[in-house]
Amino acid sequence: MSVSLNPVHFDLFFLLVAAVCLAAALGVVMSRQPVHSALFLLTNFATLAVLYITLEAQFLAAAQVIVYAGGIVILILFVIMLIGGDTNDFTAAQRIWSRIVGVALGVILLLAISYSALLRMTPPPDDAAALLQGGTPKAVGIALFTDYVLPFELIAILLLVALIGALVLGRQPEGAGEGIPSVKVGD
Amino acid sequence: MDWLQVLVFPTIRALILIFVLLTGFAYLTWYERKLLARFQIRYGPNRAGKYGLLQPAADAVKAFFKEEIIPNHVDKPVYLLAPALALAPALIIWAVIPIAKGIPAIADVNIGFLWILAVAGIESYGVILAGWSSNNNYSLLGALRSAAQMVSYELPLGLFLVSILILAGSFSLVELVESTRLWWEWIWLWLAFPFFFICILAETNRSPFDLPETENELVAGFQTEYGGMKFALFFMAEYINMITTSAIMATLFFGGWKGPFAEEIIWLGPIYLVIKVVLLLFLFIWVRASIGRPRYDQLMKFCWQFMLPLGLVYMSISAVLAVFLK
Repeated sequence: MSVSLNPVHFDLFFLLVAAVCLAAALGVVMSRQPVHSALFLLTNFATLAVLYITLEAQFLAAAQVIVYAGGIVILILFVIMLIGGDTNDFTAAQRIWSRIVGVALGVILLLAISYSALLRMTPPPDDAAALLQGGTPKAVGIALFTDYVLPFELIAILLLVALIGALVLGRQPEGAGEGIPSVKVGD
Repeated sequence: MDWLQVLVFPTIRALILIFVLLTGFAYLTWYERKLLARFQIRYGPNRAGKYGLLQPAADAVKAFFKEEIIPNHVDKPVYLLAPALALAPALIIWAVIPIAKGIPAIADVNIGFLWILAVAGIESYGVILAGWSSNNNYSLLGALRSAAQMVSYELPLGLFLVSILILAGSFSLVELVESTRLWWEWIWLWLAFPFFFICILAETNRSPFDLPETENELVAGFQTEYGGMKFALFFMAEYINMITTSAIMATLFFGGWKGPFAEEIIWLGPIYLVIKVVLLLFLFIWVRASIGRPRYDQLMKFCWQFMLPLGLVYMSISAVLAVFLK
């Protein structure tokens, strides 16, 4: 991008986006209504994409929106709508326990992440701008198909296996759906 | 000034763009009603102003002054959010579409194609959430149909986009229009156009793929519980989506702003783009007037058993062509 913000504005922008991101993350776990949770998750993913763009990782930002916002959250909504996530599935005791365990796990995760982050913190290198060019689609594509081609192909096979597995599990037994005009078996 | 460059100029450009698109929406409704009337040997709107040209203004006034009703049984925040979420993607996709030589509508980003895919991905939220929050069986059924339809047709759409991208060799739409294509590239590209157009019809929920709102099965589908201005927002979303996708198709398949003398005289670019968009919009309306709605399972079967394999084959051949002939 040709226009660049000065550092103070950039920090302000980062704080604003990060605040929205955190608020959305809290909303995911705090709201009682599963669909609201899913929407907060969507907000969270969107703000993450904005943060990727500020790091010059445009490809990652686009992939974040395409995969998570455009695919996964829609699937989550689909499941909630079809199964009907009822908010009264849990007893009061279960709710309290889930809260205690959730907060404890969250604190442990936070401590672990901040410990490792603080331990390895180094000032950004002088050629940070050059390093950040790695976020363009071209750079990501070249990296994927040269250095990381084996993991890439393995993931592709894994996804194919999952796809076939879903097909096998979701297949209708012979004769199911007969009599419903819109579902013709063997058509 | 730093902030002037970063904030003020893009905001002004965006506001102008939104104003133009909203006007375009208003006259697209007039255009569609007039054309449909002609297809059915009627006159269409002809009372408000000459040739009914003031009809959109009258409709807008009517929508604004309708009573705002929010049913008791709805999930209020989501119910109110849904129309806005339906409209926003149709507007923001415009950011990357080039409108004249070297000038994108808002920004020339190096992920122009991915931007289109990303925004197409979030387009279905408005409809899904409207259907769910209305707390009504017809609405929910419409929303589920729509979600399945849009998610399914995104796949062949994405494959055709990727094929065009492989041949163009750049993610930027501005560069795509400005690069010169060889004659066989144009022919190969136009072979894909009918199929791309079918995907677009499904993505925009336009007839014959308007199953989310089939009036003879689902009352009005996902928008059953919406009235007044909120209904107008859904209406706006559908029509602005038509304009937006027409602009994308003009950019990808028909050279966008290009035309005689458009390289020398900058302001001719937008005019050519508008002419191409109007012609493509005619195609949308022509299809609506001529073709009946398929059954829902036929729609899905067509996508998964015909469009998707076709898209894969097209993409593979495009890749081979790009390697050996360019």
